Amino acid sequence: MVTDPVLLQAAADLFPNGISRYAVGGFLVGLGTVLIYVGTGIPAGASTFLESTLSYVSDQSRFQQYVASRDWRVVFTAGIILGGLLFAATVQSGVVTSTLYQSGSTGELYEVGGVTLWSTDVQPWRLLVGGLFVGVGTRVGKGCTSGHGVCGVGSASKTSIAGVVTFLVVAILTAQAVAALGVTP
Amino acid sequence: MADRHPLFMPLVLVGGVVFGFGLGFSQMARPEVVLNFLQFEDFGLLFVMFGAAIVSGIAFAVMPRIRDRAPLTGDTYERRLKPFDRNVLVGGAIFGVGWGLSGICPGAAYASLGTGNVTILWALAGMFGGAYLQGYWRSRSASRDTAAAGAD
Repeated sequence: MVTDPVLLQAAADLFPNGISRYAVGGFLVGLGTVLIYVGTGIPAGASTFLESTLSYVSDQSRFQQYVASRDWRVVFTAGIILGGLLFAATVQSGVVTSTLYQSGSTGELYEVGGVTLWSTDVQPWRLLVGGLFVGVGTRVGKGCTSGHGVCGVGSASKTSIAGVVTFLVVAILTAQAVAALGVTP
Repeated sequence: MADRHPLFMPLVLVGGVVFGFGLGFSQMARPEVVLNFLQFEDFGLLFVMFGAAIVSGIAFAVMPRIRDRAPLTGDTYERRLKPFDRNVLVGGAIFGVGWGLSGICPGAAYASLGTGNVTILWALAGMFGGAYLQGYWRSRSASRDTAAAGAD
């Protein structure tokens, strides 16, 4: 174990909530990807769903190229939503207790039918405008945090590593600039 | 892909549930926690993204060596390798602006909705809008410039 007080302090500064909940969550995100890959051979990313789902309502050629995969992508996304709900109904509601979960001081907790739900305090305009950029960027850039960040980096793809470094650097600069302008949350 | 196994959709669903539960457990479904990372207040996100990349990377490395084809699709096991071009950097930068502004990315937005975050529908509306805009532009430029057929 690390006992050097300087190192302990540095770790506490970098990881004020510890690393376990992040590592366990990351393991599960990876496990979900692996389950699908082992059974189907598909390295599934989350953002193609945006375009493949648009193929149901738009005949633009960009969307129609995803017709073959659109059904399973809807199921994958429904699974992700259900997974979030399962987390809310178990850990977030205290039905399953874990020392790795703290309700935190961000956002608002509220209850519906005995399930503790959570909603963000981040302002709607940030979510809408940010979402717009995310929607354009992920499709132009051929992947998002799961496609490039998890599957692409996991594949040691140089394209994905370049994509991840680019969006990490730009996102850090953007978030710091927005915070420096006094926008919160 | 035509002859899919009856377990194809159930497995995709279960994989999605595990994936979404992980995003909830890691708190990546909370934009505030992602923004805390981007503002250097909590570096935990690195363990989520690279932890997941390592776990999936093991499968990407091992599966092609031990089996020829996936049981539910008959597809060969391949890694996720996409061709590099300028779009990767341009799109990555645009994605970074959006991620830095909102603190949310597509997969985390779906999971966030599941945890009860109705407000995240703003972000999902933006993502669909953005995906539509680029698809509209690129479909038009592709039909103008037929030489671009087959790109991407």
